[in-house]
Amino acid sequence: MSHLVIAPILLPAVLAGLILLVARGIALQRLIALAGAAGFLALALLLAGRGGAPVAYHLGNWPAPFGIVLIADGLSVLMLLLLAVVALPVLVYTMASGWDARGRHFHALFLFLLAGLAGAFLTADAFNLFVFFELLLIASYGLMVHGGGAGRLRAGIQYVGFNLVGSTLFLFALATIYAVTGTLNMADLAQKWPLLPPGDQALARVAAVLLLMVFAVKGALVPLQFWLPGTYAAAPGPVAALFAIMTKVGAYAALRLGWLVFDAGPTAGMWAELLQPAALATLALGAVGVLGSRDLPRQAAFAAIGSMGLVFLCVAAATPGATVAALYYLIHSTLAGAALFLVADLAGRRGASGPVAALFMASAIAVAGLPPLSGFLGKILLLQALEAQAPLIWSAVLLASFLTILGFALTGSARFWKARGTAPTAAEPLALAATGLLLAGLVAMTLLAGPLTLWLKGVAEGLADPAPYIAATAPQSGG
Amino acid sequence: MEIVLSAAIGILAASGTWLLLRPRTFQVIVGLCLLSYAVNLFIFSMGRLYVGAPPIMPKGGFVDPTIYADPVPQALVLTAIVISFATTALFLVVMIASRGFTGTDHVDGREGGQ
Repeated sequence: MSHLVIAPILLPAVLAGLILLVARGIALQRLIALAGAAGFLALALLLAGRGGAPVAYHLGNWPAPFGIVLIADGLSVLMLLLLAVVALPVLVYTMASGWDARGRHFHALFLFLLAGLAGAFLTADAFNLFVFFELLLIASYGLMVHGGGAGRLRAGIQYVGFNLVGSTLFLFALATIYAVTGTLNMADLAQKWPLLPPGDQALARVAAVLLLMVFAVKGALVPLQFWLPGTYAAAPGPVAALFAIMTKVGAYAALRLGWLVFDAGPTAGMWAELLQPAALATLALGAVGVLGSRDLPRQAAFAAIGSMGLVFLCVAAATPGATVAALYYLIHSTLAGAALFLVADLAGRRGASGPVAALFMASAIAVAGLPPLSGFLGKILLLQALEAQAPLIWSAVLLASFLTILGFALTGSARFWKARGTAPTAAEPLALAATGLLLAGLVAMTLLAGPLTLWLKGVAEGLADPAPYIAATAPQSGG
Repeated sequence: MEIVLSAAIGILAASGTWLLLRPRTFQVIVGLCLLSYAVNLFIFSMGRLYVGAPPIMPKGGFVDPTIYADPVPQALVLTAIVISFATTALFLVVMIASRGFTGTDHVDGREGGQ
């Protein structure tokens, strides 16, 4: 049994504890955090290098379903890699811009957030998923109010309150699932879910909808998106950039459990039916929000909502082709959204100088899905995958894209072209480079779209055929 | 017993929800506490209700499954209690800080009607 699977959770958690215990000065904290993020990237690459077959890690060597199992399969590894690729530039940006010195404990919280996200991506136990959600949320509460200030704390109250209610709902859902199936291990659930007796099916459906609501809160799906715009706009820029991947946890969990457990037995097709209208409404709200907001962070927040609408639209379609599109767009929108939040922060702190304007142009093109960047390819994949419902979905997607472009053109010309007020000061070169690195990731996604979609196809097939995932959970001799 | 317990969970959850929708942070946090009590009782009861049945195997390892309570929900509820305790404490800190910065305990950071 390889201990590599648990390493992406342990490494940041241990380093975060180390920072809290020994690192008083900011320089040492920065060093440890950088080492943590770089090590995390190395671990994600190592896991990706093992190939797509699911690898299980039984904690304490307890056999499943009694013990907790972590599984690194194609989807988990993909999300880990994406997290690592976003986290490193964001961390560099934070250091270059001095955001991390505006309050204490930024780096410890940052590493705890990495540990929580990694755990959520790796766990194969539904209750363990709840625990890692709480870990990442507690870290994110601290990061969200980092730097203080009335506006940030006011938004913080609403963010924390909303998510605490979400956690309570999560517990209600898990308890109901346990009551009808007697297990919370995902692979075990996948086997027991289709065989539920008729008397328990109503309860099972209630639990599935409750769980979907929890993921909708995390993924900012209309009508549960109210916490997002205020939070992301008020959070420090680099933190908002990191949060760009936190909303994707909702999509990840919906993909994982939707394919593995809930598209069978009493709840077959139910999530898809509920998700599609919500995703369309999310897309529309995101586009109108981008058009309606006048400051950049808020606009970036609404763009994040709109991108979740597109991702969930593909998740709802629940075909392997649509899953490939969902994953491609998920990677794209995480990178592009993070870059846009960093640009918004640069423009807010340093004014609209030339390089910042160029970065804004590039990231706005990416977020709106214009050629030549990968948003365009993502949208084409998406439109192809959803061809069956072309009249409704195509017009919604295209109209939303148009509104988004219009919104960015409006703020772009007001903020960067006719920039008035104080003259901009030169931005930190390292901060510009970190933002550019995220955008370079988008360029790479465009150039390597062929191999990337092939890889994603493998991931989607792994989701569609859960047998290896379930087999990996079974206890192995000699572990 | 079932009626009393489910009524208790229902009343706790309903009061918690009502308090959550109130505009003062103190009411919100009391509402969250009540909701977490409701969910803890709910998880506990999902292992079915037993009277006088221990959840832990005695030394020697003999188990008669008909007189044993399900230990898993009890373990789950312990985890849930610890986590909700931690998050409530953290929420209190954010609330107190916000009270200090904004000078009001309204959830919007300003009095209504302003």
